[in-house]
Amino acid sequence: MTLALPSGPGVTCNQMVVDRVSEDDVDRMLHALADATRRDIVRRSVSGELSVSRLADGYAMSFAAVQKHVAVLARAGLVSKVRRGRESLVVADPDALARARGALDALENEWRGRVDRMAGLLADISTTGETTPTKGQDE
Amino acid sequence: MTVTSVDKDYDKLSLTLVADFPAPSDAVWELWADPRQLERWWGPPTYPATMERHEFTTGGTVAYYMTGPDGEKFHGLWELTEVSPKTGIDLIDRFADANGEPDPGMPVTTTRMRLTGTAEGTRMELSSHFESRADLDRVVEMGMEEGLTQAVGQMDALLASTPVR
Repeated sequence: MTLALPSGPGVTCNQMVVDRVSEDDVDRMLHALADATRRDIVRRSVSGELSVSRLADGYAMSFAAVQKHVAVLARAGLVSKVRRGRESLVVADPDALARARGALDALENEWRGRVDRMAGLLADISTTGETTPTKGQDE
Repeated sequence: MTVTSVDKDYDKLSLTLVADFPAPSDAVWELWADPRQLERWWGPPTYPATMERHEFTTGGTVAYYMTGPDGEKFHGLWELTEVSPKTGIDLIDRFADANGEPDPGMPVTTTRMRLTGTAEGTRMELSSHFESRADLDRVVEMGMEEGLTQAVGQMDALLASTPVR
């Protein structure tokens, strides 16, 4: 099982992962999320597909102001805009290649972490002649 | 660096990784075959793994869980489709529910591991692939949801109330 976390001290189940994102990306993402309206827009776009005007209905601000927030989120890669007819939908949903890339990058990072830990264990074993016990994971 | 090469095939949804360890192949094999050692590298330090069942033979099952920082347990299950002592393993890794039953709605990865002796020690070749594009999507969705939840939570804590203009 693989749960990929795109940021933070990465975590997954089974194949846990720290995703590699550049500092610029992180900065953009944190900046994008450092605003209550934008955080709300992200939450609402994760659950479904809403147009900018539908999103704007939820806030006491102009359509243009909401559109500006969406643009900041889009630059951070948190949402993308998809045209459907006359509407522009805001979706937190990258294209298929980006998805594949994200999941495989996650898997790669997970295995890189595992290989590092394996190398660390092997070094322990060769210096001490045996494995040192882990601190109590057993109950 | 221990990792010698990594290749990702976005069409085949697969990852191939080669790692070289300055250690004998017996020692590298034991990292997999000894459940106490396996526990020390399978999960990251924040999500350590505990092996509940470890039948390390062809057709065998490895059942485990990983414990998150808040104590939440995530169960996983390997189906060992091939175990060749000291040389290789083929396994199918699935999420499981708390009773250890595979969760059909969750992503499945198939992994092949091969060990060969080298002049410097041991080469481990690993190839892993997702069963379907739906699995990939699921992984990304979970990551996004959790990552966003975490990031948003952090931001919420930092900025208890942000004035909206």
